[in-house]
Amino acid sequence: MFLINCPFCGEREQSEFKAGGEAHIVRPKQPTELSDDEWAEYLFMRKNIKGVQFERWNHVHGCRKWFNMVRDTSNDQIKAVYKMGEKPPVK
Amino acid sequence: MKNKYSIFSLIKNAFSYHENWEKAWKDPEPKKEYDAVIVGGGGHGLATAYYLAKKHNMKNIAVVEKGWIGGGNTGRNTTIIRSNYLWDASAGLYDHALKIWEGLSQELNYNVMFSQRGVMNLAHNLQDVRDLKRRTHANRLNGIDAVYLNTEEVKKFCPIINTSQDIRYPVLGGTLQRRAGTARHDAVAWGYARGADEMGVDIIQNCEVKGIKRNGDTVEGIETTKGFIKTKKIGVVAAGHSSVIANMAGLKLPLESKPLQALVSEPVKPIIDTVVMSNAVHAYVSQSDKGELVIGAGTDDYVSYSQKGSHDIVEGTLNAILELYPIFSRMRMLRQWGGIVDICPDASPIISKTSIKGLYFNCGWGTGGFKATPGSGDLFAHTIANDEPHKLNAAFNINRFVSGDLVDEHGAAAVAH
Repeated sequence: MFLINCPFCGEREQSEFKAGGEAHIVRPKQPTELSDDEWAEYLFMRKNIKGVQFERWNHVHGCRKWFNMVRDTSNDQIKAVYKMGEKPPVK
Repeated sequence: MKNKYSIFSLIKNAFSYHENWEKAWKDPEPKKEYDAVIVGGGGHGLATAYYLAKKHNMKNIAVVEKGWIGGGNTGRNTTIIRSNYLWDASAGLYDHALKIWEGLSQELNYNVMFSQRGVMNLAHNLQDVRDLKRRTHANRLNGIDAVYLNTEEVKKFCPIINTSQDIRYPVLGGTLQRRAGTARHDAVAWGYARGADEMGVDIIQNCEVKGIKRNGDTVEGIETTKGFIKTKKIGVVAAGHSSVIANMAGLKLPLESKPLQALVSEPVKPIIDTVVMSNAVHAYVSQSDKGELVIGAGTDDYVSYSQKGSHDIVEGTLNAILELYPIFSRMRMLRQWGGIVDICPDASPIISKTSIKGLYFNCGWGTGGFKATPGSGDLFAHTIANDEPHKLNAAFNINRFVSGDLVDEHGAAAVAH
């Protein structure tokens, strides 16, 4: 359990949010042209990193807006929070 | 040959104040090379090594474990064993395990305290009732014992359940698998370790894998904190850390690792002699032989390797427990902990070869791997030894995420994942 600094609402409890999984997975422009392997890669395969990971979160019990987060999954420390469409502030 | 555990060995050792029991397994340093190396010394990994040695005559093998054996999810789960899964593939897999459980203590000469006290799954709404009835029929077609109980029968089987129809999620019925039950989780790891050790398997603790050496599409060995180990076959059974090992080999898996929590109460006299699970309100409870209530909570919905869970998950589970069992309202909780579970998109495991020759994965057990320990080890050993899956785990290959032939137990299993 931790606090999340929503870019729209400020600091709130994590239980107000829904995790949306790995961020920056780009939806294929032409899904019909993908091979089965490429489709599986897009749909199912995940880095599932132990360490610094880029994620999507949704403030479901607040502003209901999506945003991105950089978080260390080994200790749940949040490195940065940024809006959708923005470049990640840390590498 | 190890001394057999029996009433006579117990009496004999009592005379020397139990100070002269022989070690159940050795603590060797790794050799330079093995025929196969199992990564992960939990129940599944140790069972894999045991069956590789016993059924496939592969004795020059090792199990490497980064901590101590049985110290991960094997020692953190709520020890429930059942096989009442909906789909044919799952039913085959989990009932194979259940059949091995039934003779495991005798086979290992190690008391795993397997107790067939029954597992009851509750229905709280009309859709639950329909789903559970459907699952009961599917189970019986697959030769798995299952009965559907109405509310009165649920109350008769477990009298402390609150079956008032005025509560928020009233009990409308349930299913019962009488062959299901619990076992002692540590004993499973220790029993398999002792059996494998006796057949010559090296169990190497405090040995973390740091890299996987490949020559093109073939594995050559593993880098560990105790040096390089050469091997042609690597079986990875690393649960929550499966993706970490996969990334070392340049593979991606369809897994997300999340904290799953459990908690136990202070010990009390026997009050609940079965296992009761509820999918809809996510509460399940049983009582250990020490008298503690063993309560399973849900997973957090974010990826984390921290072995801690969120407080609101525990709170939600305890709310449900209190409504179903008002008698527990003054119980105090003794301990709470989390384990990291690796969850597949279809909530079914992967027991499979990979695109890299000699690299095998047994992962994705999510929130329900303990029950499958003996069957998982047996089938994974078969897969590694023959470089081909057994017919019972053929459906659980990694290519199902490419072909789309998923084993979707998310909504179908008896409890939420």
